[in-house]
Amino acid sequence: MNGRGGLWRDALLRLAANRVACASLAILMLMIVAAIVGPLLLDYRQDEIDWAHMAVPPLTAEGHWLGTDRLGRDLLVRTLHGLRVSMGIAMLATLVSLAIGVSWGAVAGYLRGRTDALMMRVVDVLYALPQVFFVIILTVVFGRSPATLLVAIGAFGWLTMARIVRGQALALREREFVEAAIVGGAGTARIVTRHIIPNLLGPVIVYATLTVPQVILVESFLSFLGIGIQEPLASLGNLIADGAVEMETASWMLLVPASCLVLVVFCFNFLGDGLRDALDPRDH
Amino acid sequence: MALLEIRDLTVDFDGPRRIRAVDHVDLSVERESCVAIVGESGSGKSQLLLACTGLLAANGRASGSVRFDGLELLGADDPAARIRGSGIGFVFQDASGSLTPHRRIGDQLAEAAVAARGITRQAALAEAERMLERVRLPQAHRHLAEYPHELSGGMRQRAAIAAALISEPMLLFADEPTTALDVTVQAEIITLLVDLCHELGMAMLIVTHDFGVVSGLADRIAVMYAGRIVESAPAARLLAGPGHPYSAGLLAAVPRLDDPPGTELRTIRGTPPRPGANLPGCRFEPRCEYARAHCRGEDPPFLTTGDDGIACHYPLKQDAQ
Amino acid sequence: MSGLLELRGVTVKYTLTGGSRRRELTAVDDVSFTLQSGEMLGLVGESGCGKSTLGRAILRLVPLSAGEVHWQGRRIDRLRRKEFRGLRRELQLVFQDPNACLDPRMTIVESVAEPLRSSEPGLPRAQRIARATALLDEVGLDSELSDRYPHQASGGQLQRAGIARALILDPRLVVCDEPVSALDVSVQGQIVNLLARIRRERGLASLFISHNLAVVAGLCERVMVMYLGRIVEIAPRAALLPAPLHPYSRMLLDSVPRISPAARRRPVAVPVATDPDAPVAGCAFAARCPHVIAHCRSELPPLQARPDGRLVACHRAAEWPGGLPPATA
Repeated sequence: MNGRGGLWRDALLRLAANRVACASLAILMLMIVAAIVGPLLLDYRQDEIDWAHMAVPPLTAEGHWLGTDRLGRDLLVRTLHGLRVSMGIAMLATLVSLAIGVSWGAVAGYLRGRTDALMMRVVDVLYALPQVFFVIILTVVFGRSPATLLVAIGAFGWLTMARIVRGQALALREREFVEAAIVGGAGTARIVTRHIIPNLLGPVIVYATLTVPQVILVESFLSFLGIGIQEPLASLGNLIADGAVEMETASWMLLVPASCLVLVVFCFNFLGDGLRDALDPRDH
Repeated sequence: MALLEIRDLTVDFDGPRRIRAVDHVDLSVERESCVAIVGESGSGKSQLLLACTGLLAANGRASGSVRFDGLELLGADDPAARIRGSGIGFVFQDASGSLTPHRRIGDQLAEAAVAARGITRQAALAEAERMLERVRLPQAHRHLAEYPHELSGGMRQRAAIAAALISEPMLLFADEPTTALDVTVQAEIITLLVDLCHELGMAMLIVTHDFGVVSGLADRIAVMYAGRIVESAPAARLLAGPGHPYSAGLLAAVPRLDDPPGTELRTIRGTPPRPGANLPGCRFEPRCEYARAHCRGEDPPFLTTGDDGIACHYPLKQDAQ
Repeated sequence: MSGLLELRGVTVKYTLTGGSRRRELTAVDDVSFTLQSGEMLGLVGESGCGKSTLGRAILRLVPLSAGEVHWQGRRIDRLRRKEFRGLRRELQLVFQDPNACLDPRMTIVESVAEPLRSSEPGLPRAQRIARATALLDEVGLDSELSDRYPHQASGGQLQRAGIARALILDPRLVVCDEPVSALDVSVQGQIVNLLARIRRERGLASLFISHNLAVVAGLCERVMVMYLGRIVEIAPRAALLPAPLHPYSRMLLDSVPRISPAARRRPVAVPVATDPDAPVAGCAFAARCPHVIAHCRSELPPLQARPDGRLVACHRAAEWPGGLPPATA
């Protein structure tokens, strides 16, 4: 009955009992599926111009469920593509942040002393750099593309993660089971990977879940400013930028991508909260 | 009428499962006497004390009756205020529960004295110094101006006792008052409590897991197991010849200095049950070396003769006193 | 005479940064003793005396500030980390808090098997688990508990697992750091008896650290008494209990509660408040000692061997060759 997955199973059960978190998860899954599969099922391509139906509201023209934009491109397809790009970048960037941040923080926290001080000074210096300027410089040098954006966001995303993880690792290092592992002859690598990191995964997972919407917002903001994803590629950010211009006359052009963004961000946040409650060991 | 009358006290905790920590406990404390509740983890002894003083956690529910000098304590709106005003003192296991960390010791003691005895602040400060000397903290004058964290653990506990006693309570609740202390300091504190009890004519209800603390301090001992009182008797009698197998096992389990070297320690097999565990029949039966078939089927009632009582189908033969 | 483990002048200091002050705390001060092969040596003292720190220093969990540690005649405190790791299998530790000493994310049997990963890397998992299971059986843990997680087991059960883990590498010395202090009284005996049995069966040497003199006295042939970082007395149990030579040993013995129906609390010497920060020139116990003289405050008494083999650190010890009598009212 209680096997290897016992602890994670308990957490999953607790999560399953949290209705809001489950609903959020379901909606997110739905949106991910829609983003991947949707455009394949719909009639229009995202850059296809329908000269006959320019700037039509939702549910008026055939085939255009959510209307079209100023150039006659189907809004639903573009929004789904935008969702693909935004979520894709966000999740990839978060994954990269996780990988770098957790390793960095765990090693710094465990080793303490000079190594820790040095590693965290690096974090402090990078933290002080203004992210937006850095992105601008990168886009100027390497051109605007999702890859550049990914690097730019990822270069900063791991910093807070590293700090959080380092704090946790510092505390964990003092725990007796870590001392027991040392006495048992385990080396640093094994202690960090087998004892420190698994025991801080809880806060890390929660933080990662809450980072994704932040990255989406950053990317949207950058794209809104014109520094991020460029036409004809769609991202939620530049869709919102286009829609904002048309706000008074063709409000759906703003409302559709904006609602999508809000929904995604809310769902990730609720899911993150639910995960935090589910993984909190104090509830045992 | 006894100074403290606990009748049918039950404490439940809400949660994913309802947990019963204290199960229909009856207990009384006479004036100027000391009653000790002895039990291990999961026995419910701390929850019993917390229920009496209204300090249960938010999801705890106490039912039954706790009467102090005729005044009902359960269900009070502001339990802490009741206690401060009505002549009850409380000493926690950890002194930092009794003493506010960000106020000077002298101020805290003086405030308690003014509130309880209606004296002036000048007089209260003098009383505070006197009380600190009574708890054998030399350089009392210096300590008045100090903060709790500036004292060592043992000294802090003594200051906490002073804070509890300065209001000259009729009854002192003490929850494991010496557990966190070194054994040399522990001996001091126990002697102190006994002396002060006699001097102030104070009654005491003390909760502990340590028989050593209890012996020489208590007039009466109540042994608690899994939320119930399983035996209650005058201290001298219980220590000489416990009737309940658990009391006997617990007493025997204490390591003694006079044991010949290499003696195996006596133990009670198994472990104390977790709170809320559902046990049919006698709760101690799984660990009892005298258990018989009957014990598993039927929960023994607490049979009283006068103030004493025992909950066991087959009590041990007690030595003639 | 060289024994299994020998400490010479071991000192451990901590630097505390509390607010604006930087204090140096000496947790272990010039400790020297020898532990023989197969011997059960007790270390008793109250909180803050440094006994846990000493145990950890031997196992190199905290660094030494001064002194030497010798294992089987070879000096080990200066070894490089990699070289010391090779020694780990011979020196093991049983921790005080059974709930904290096992990784909450690993099952009990996995925790017990883990040391084998480092000492026998080639061993397949199935065999590691098998060895751990056999050991858990030896320490009396129900087999159904092996696959459970620590939070599902009780303190006593977890401590058995902790002991099993300490034994899995077949060590020659096990340091037991207050192994029963966190357990219920009715369960303590189970663990103490287990430790005694295992030691007998395996011929293990052990340093048993505790604040409970009664437990130490029952288990250990020789006892060391520690006060504020220094060893003040070393004596065989049979000699220490009836006739302690150091006033602190006497105070400890007097303070052990006697359980008896007619017990009268014995008044103990009043300890004068000591400021832990004030540097002490002479004997650290001078402030509390009922037999203190002027000389005690100015000069630190060394731990000296007597003709009968006992060691004591007290200027006046020669005045009571038969030991100090119990304190009376």
